[in-house]
Amino acid sequence: MTVDVKIPEEMELVYEYPESMTKVSTHYCPGCPHGIVHRLIAEVIDELGIREKTIGVAPVGCSVLAYYYFNMDFVEASHGRAPAMATGIKRTNPDKFVFTYQGDGDLAAIGTAEIIHAANRGELLSTVFINNAIYGMTGGQMAPTTLPGMVTTSTPTGRDCAVAGYPIRMSEILAKTEGAVYVTREQTTDLASIRKTKKAIKRAFMAQLAGLGFSCVEVLTTCATNWNMDPLEAMQWAKENMAGYFPLGTYKMTDEVKALKVK
Amino acid sequence: MAKELLKGNVAFAEAAVRYGLQAYFGYPITPQSEALEHLSGRMIEEGRVFLQAESEVAAINMVYGAASTGVRVMTSTSGPGFSLMEEGFSYIAGSEVPVVAINMMRGGPGLGNIQPSQADYFLMTKSAGHGDFRPIVLAPSSIQEIIDMVGLAFELAEKYRTLVFIAGDGSIGQMMESAELPPMQPLRQERPEWATIGAAGRDPNYITSLYLGAKKLEAVNIRLQKKLAEIKENEVRWQEYETEDADLLLVAYGTVGRICISVMREARKQGLKVGLLRPQTLWPFPEQRIHELAKEVRGILVAEMNAGQMLEDVERAVRSPVPVHFHGRMGGVFPMVDEILADVKTLDEETR
Repeated sequence: MTVDVKIPEEMELVYEYPESMTKVSTHYCPGCPHGIVHRLIAEVIDELGIREKTIGVAPVGCSVLAYYYFNMDFVEASHGRAPAMATGIKRTNPDKFVFTYQGDGDLAAIGTAEIIHAANRGELLSTVFINNAIYGMTGGQMAPTTLPGMVTTSTPTGRDCAVAGYPIRMSEILAKTEGAVYVTREQTTDLASIRKTKKAIKRAFMAQLAGLGFSCVEVLTTCATNWNMDPLEAMQWAKENMAGYFPLGTYKMTDEVKALKVK
Repeated sequence: MAKELLKGNVAFAEAAVRYGLQAYFGYPITPQSEALEHLSGRMIEEGRVFLQAESEVAAINMVYGAASTGVRVMTSTSGPGFSLMEEGFSYIAGSEVPVVAINMMRGGPGLGNIQPSQADYFLMTKSAGHGDFRPIVLAPSSIQEIIDMVGLAFELAEKYRTLVFIAGDGSIGQMMESAELPPMQPLRQERPEWATIGAAGRDPNYITSLYLGAKKLEAVNIRLQKKLAEIKENEVRWQEYETEDADLLLVAYGTVGRICISVMREARKQGLKVGLLRPQTLWPFPEQRIHELAKEVRGILVAEMNAGQMLEDVERAVRSPVPVHFHGRMGGVFPMVDEILADVKTLDEETR
């Protein structure tokens, strides 16, 4: 529920709902970083002035209903297929802005082929990849990015890499494709990292608008509910443990992407 | 336009270009790769969109994406690829975006072989993806017919916002016949009002098949079923040959439909009054007409290149004491005229 408040004339409005977000309460758990990243994307789209020519592609995962929260045209892809759907949209509508929003199961398990090939083809797309090392929507099973030893509902005694393989580092892999022009890994565990994440998303979106190539912003996030922690604990745990296995930083940035003036 | 000697796969591909195809996404698979190859040149020449995807899974999702923006888009494949596309077909049907897909059927199940078959009849008419839906399925039996059906497929897909298949038994794709291509149509410039092309000056559009509440999804399904009922009412098509005085009826489609024209002629020469009903839409199926004809004949023989799939629809349509016999060959083996004729004679003897 939102409340519309009349701003008194002598006060300056310095913070408001982005136009690119719809004024509804989300269904996400308390402390879920989807809310944070949705807002960052919405602010970036507003700042770039591209809301009316944007088509978002929603994944299967907790953010399957993302289209309720973004005030723009949106399509619902099947699990993992967002980059292929986005390719179909962008190639037939090259003047529009197209982004995919995907979780770790969507992008790094079932959708690995689609994301690698979209990156490899240098599709003029931008992907925001939410990595919280677990399958949220389906109730907490192991994700391809679940850390070794992490307890999930399908690794009750902790992830055993001898059986289940190792967590997969997608930014490193995508950076190796010729078509990717900007691949970076960020997190949203504190204010500073949230600000950096926003800037990365903005650079990625600007790279598409400048016609430079494919970009992916991997965002290390949390899942308090399925990690069985409270939200602040989860943020702390992520800060201490995730970046150790998934190092933060920019894995690919062409000179043209570097030259973009990101405010 | 003048007639030209055309290979089936090239014919349907070129027909699509002439009928205003704006995008093609596909993956090579025998026996239809010539279509993809032809389009890789022609679509680029005409300034349209062509992409060879990394898999059929990717291809159908690219098609789904393009279709959600309201462009005229198509893909083509064969059995193993069709199976991979089924997930996409379900989403396409649930989201109600127009899509045309051609299946040049080959021997199965599994990897099978590259010989022609009709073994995906069930798949295409009854289970093209999870959930309750039925695509329109057109069944050509000649190069000219597949050319014409491409145009019809686009029209029907867009009229009903639905999935339309063209069921080619692989021989249609590979054989060569003279046929007439349509003249080049101009590309449509406008997009439908439901298309997701950016919410400029309007509320956002959503293309989705997700409806979480039970009552909500039931309401969607009721609407989809109403649409299917309308299609059933208006879009069934078939051809009859010498059924007016027939006392035995052949039912066959595609290439086998053509073979059965010869069976019918040969049978008549030998004194048997045989007629043929050749469905041109496998869904909606001409069940009403078959039901009527069943009252006038002693027996029916269904011939297919599979283990008996359309057979079940014929049996269902007949719903009467008239016996329905079956002649089937599998694995890509063609039923020969004399072989089918032998079964016609058996049907005749047993029903006197």
